[in-house]
Amino acid sequence: MAAAVLAAPFLASEYWINAIIVPFLILSLAGLGLNLLTGYAGQLSLGAGAFMMVGAYATFALQLRVPDLPLPLALIVAGLIAGAVGMVFGLPSTRIKGFYLIVSTLAAQFFFEWLFLKFPWFYNGNSSATIALSRGLSVFGLDANGPHGRYYLTLGAVALITLLSFNLIRSQTGRNWMAIRDMDTAAAVIGVPVLHAKLQAFAVSSFILGIAGALWAFAYLGSASVQSFGLHRSYQILFIIIIGGLGTIRGAFFGAAFVSLLPLVLDWLFQYLLSGQVDAGLLQNVQKAIFGILIIWFLIREPEGLSRLLAIRRTASRRLFPS
Amino acid sequence: MSMFLETLIGGLLSGTMYSLVAIGFVLIYKASGVFNYAQGSLLLFAALTFVTLTENGVPAYAAIAITVALLIATAIAIEKLLLRPLTNRSPMTLFMATLGLSYVVEGVAQGIMGSQVRALNLGIEDLPIFVGDILISQFDLVAAGVALALVVVLSLLFNRTRIGIQLRGVADDTRAALSLGIDINRIWQIVWAVAGLVGLVAGLLWGARQGVQFSLSLVVLKALPVLIIGGFTSIPGAIVGGLIVGAGESLAETYIGPFLGGGITPWLVDAAGFALLFVGRGGPAGGGSRGGV
Repeated sequence: MAAAVLAAPFLASEYWINAIIVPFLILSLAGLGLNLLTGYAGQLSLGAGAFMMVGAYATFALQLRVPDLPLPLALIVAGLIAGAVGMVFGLPSTRIKGFYLIVSTLAAQFFFEWLFLKFPWFYNGNSSATIALSRGLSVFGLDANGPHGRYYLTLGAVALITLLSFNLIRSQTGRNWMAIRDMDTAAAVIGVPVLHAKLQAFAVSSFILGIAGALWAFAYLGSASVQSFGLHRSYQILFIIIIGGLGTIRGAFFGAAFVSLLPLVLDWLFQYLLSGQVDAGLLQNVQKAIFGILIIWFLIREPEGLSRLLAIRRTASRRLFPS
Repeated sequence: MSMFLETLIGGLLSGTMYSLVAIGFVLIYKASGVFNYAQGSLLLFAALTFVTLTENGVPAYAAIAITVALLIATAIAIEKLLLRPLTNRSPMTLFMATLGLSYVVEGVAQGIMGSQVRALNLGIEDLPIFVGDILISQFDLVAAGVALALVVVLSLLFNRTRIGIQLRGVADDTRAALSLGIDINRIWQIVWAVAGLVGLVAGLLWGARQGVQFSLSLVVLKALPVLIIGGFTSIPGAIVGGLIVGAGESLAETYIGPFLGGGITPWLVDAAGFALLFVGRGGPAGGGSRGGV
């Protein structure tokens, strides 16, 4: 498995790496970040796009204005900035719950869309208001601009953060989050520091989302703008964890795979069935409706998502073929 | 001073349009405890259906009748396919389901009726009129009148009819209502249909103002701060909240906007809601958001 992942760039075509595998990995990372907050700590957020945006713009500013800082460190600092921002927008969660919280995360979404577009400082006065790394991607002197470089950069970040997250959710912190998600009053009674843990969840989640946003902007898109992280991105990340499975780390990967592959499959299906007679706008709307139906279906039939479906299948096959 | 009054009145009048959207939320939240994110999509769906029908030569009254029938059918479908299977699930799950629902409604509506911007003419002239030396938009005035009429009709419905009283019973105590033999599924259907009708009215007014297109469904986001201020369960709260948001928004855009480079309205109201949350007030009638097992 590990060998296959490392050797993937030599097995897959450049198109697959650039257009499918790299975005899949980054979306998984973003899903993972949101899942820690929503799936584990039970705090619903519609601001995933905003925190990704903060990460991307922070990386841009750091690379532009602190040229000595190597890219991996810049990513981490950008993540920390996003984490701090996430914590600020998580503050209302210490006093309120549920739907009221959605407003605070939505406010983050709209505020940063406005902020990064309004002040040229954030995009360095570029005429198209987009951000791109002028010096390209490099990891401690190694050039990471080619498809392989981007792949390994993304893979490295995703693998590292996934590993850390696995450990985090098995630690006291993760257990605190789950206790709050399941019943916050009970959690408080048994001595879980609820406020502290909620803010922690916002910070960690936004940290990961920030790094995912920076990767999305520079390792996948190359140049990004505010539109790359709009509300639709927030929905997309939320859908990833609903489809993949709320409160599972693997779920983020299944969900991201599903979300990145479904449009391709639908596209192919329409081309095949109707031999290219379909209007692109219609296709987009059909896709949208299918996504919506799938979300509802998963919520009704399998709230734990693909991750659980696959687990059931695996135990079933073990029962059939005992090893 | 007259500039201030003009801004204030214009804001209050356009605030009634926010109230309209917020009322749709409140109705559903009261009766079924669902935060219906798809309210904006239903609004878009209603306005889009109406426009498509009138464009194809259907007279306005018939177009309204067909749209209403479609909205009722949609409400029944939503109750049967979405609400019933999700009974007793967490409010968060239901919220996410309505997010999915909004995708379905938007995808289907735009897939069938197209996603280009449509002009909608309700036959209301948008000539400004002068009251003293204050300029008032005639359209805003009509919109406010319609909103007022709708609120009166709704309160009559809730206070004077059997269905309305059953509905309030369900909103007060679902279990008690069930034990009295109220058919809760039917109540849900009715309430979603009524919210759909409120959406139709709001959709037509908003559509006439800014064209019928996808961004119409984003009006729901404007209603969120209204709900924060007015509470999720109170129709008078939604009205007052809408007025406050409308007035606050237009005053802020006129007096604070220039210092921040303008264009602040999209996030300002949310930020104000955010600030309100931070202070920790759940709205005058709000509550229900804090504490308790």
